[in-house]
Amino acid sequence: MTQTTVKSPGTEMAFIDEVCSIPGGEAVRSCIQCGMCTGSCPTANKWDYSPRKAIAMVRAGLREELLSSNSMWFCVSCYSCTVRCPRDIKPADIMHALEIIAIRSGLSTKRSRTPVMYRCFVDSARNYGRVYELGMMIKLFMRTNPFSALKLAPVGLGLFLHKRLPLKPSRIKGISGLKAILDKARALGGAK
Amino acid sequence: MKYYTYYPGCSAEATASPLGISVLPVAKQLDMELVELEDWNCCGSTPYWSVDKLEAAAMAARNLALAEKTGFDLVTPCSNCFVILHSTNEYLKEFPPFREKVGKALAAAKLKYGGGVRVRHLVEVLYTDITPEGIGAKVTKPLKGLKVAAYYGCQLVRPDGFDDPESPHSLDEMVTSLGADAVPWEMKARCCGSSLVMSEPEVALELINKLLKNAERNGAQCLITPCPLCQINLDAYQSQVNSRFGTKYNLPVLFVTQLIGVALGIKPGELALSQNIVSPMRLLSPYL
Repeated sequence: MTQTTVKSPGTEMAFIDEVCSIPGGEAVRSCIQCGMCTGSCPTANKWDYSPRKAIAMVRAGLREELLSSNSMWFCVSCYSCTVRCPRDIKPADIMHALEIIAIRSGLSTKRSRTPVMYRCFVDSARNYGRVYELGMMIKLFMRTNPFSALKLAPVGLGLFLHKRLPLKPSRIKGISGLKAILDKARALGGAK
Repeated sequence: MKYYTYYPGCSAEATASPLGISVLPVAKQLDMELVELEDWNCCGSTPYWSVDKLEAAAMAARNLALAEKTGFDLVTPCSNCFVILHSTNEYLKEFPPFREKVGKALAAAKLKYGGGVRVRHLVEVLYTDITPEGIGAKVTKPLKGLKVAAYYGCQLVRPDGFDDPESPHSLDEMVTSLGADAVPWEMKARCCGSSLVMSEPEVALELINKLLKNAERNGAQCLITPCPLCQINLDAYQSQVNSRFGTKYNLPVLFVTQLIGVALGIKPGELALSQNIVSPMRLLSPYL
């Protein structure tokens, strides 16, 4: 690891302040690097930087290295780290905050399909007010690797044959109101 | 009769439809009146929280604002919806500037949320309000001899569940109240890989394999879970695990409401038992 950008580009904010500005982010300041989060994480062996290291990197200002890594995208939101952290940090929330900043900065990795999947999910929720699972899956495979869909086709077919994969989306009645809410939230500029 | 505002969540109407279908007759039998929240929307789920927190909270808050008008507790059978709606409530309490922004966003649709909704998971309601004894008293088909691994998954018990986050017991007690045997197993609250099953299938399949192996080794004939994503991963992806790891699992994975329904004598059709991918029919036939 080499020390690079400490200030976040386009802002005068240090990386740690950027993370702290997202509700729930402030707690990183009290990390004691005990490693309980990493030891509790079911996917830690896949992360470029383990949960403990990721938090250390936030504090060290290693913004680009961390945000372009695959690390936080392997967080499965199991919250094992959160209930065990002796400093009451909520590492899963920190990982969600890092995902938000990575997407906003255009740094999210292409080595994991999770960022694209999350975007497809959000598009679906915004458009219909409900998640249209089949549409979301098709979009995900089209945007990443259409051939990988072949592997999962039997699963999709099984769900379809058991009446568990509706072909059509269902849209809420108040979709225009929901869109107005989401547009207003977007205009208010993130959670800061 | 106990009254609740009911929030099914998107999955309960699609990939987890056996959950959405079986909740209703079970609730009726247990004297619970679940009134579906009018025109509810997606809770935002973990993906939205990882893309934009304010928009995600605004999305969840629309449901809370609608629910507040009903005056009843908001009950969901989906563990992820529970965490999202509950966490939104907590964030709005804890971070006033955030609350103010969410309030402004809601106002764009002439909605207002005063923070007064109690969000509850269906399992917690079954455990606390109805109680395992109360459920047991209504059992007409005791599931004698059936060995069940109660799988809690993550988000029923973490980060703010009502049960022990490491070694929960509520579902085991319910299984016992149905006359079945709750097998002890270590991984009952470990992760199934969640939505990574779509984006990083290799990682999720490994976790699913560990869970199925642990349940089977401890003598389970089937698993139960309340969580849509856990059920899909363990049920619909079981054949993928078998071909990936050369295993031969044939473990039905039921939604908790399906198993309760069988013991309450509800007809299989009303419990959508034919919609489970790994068929539970042979295993359950002595009780149907």
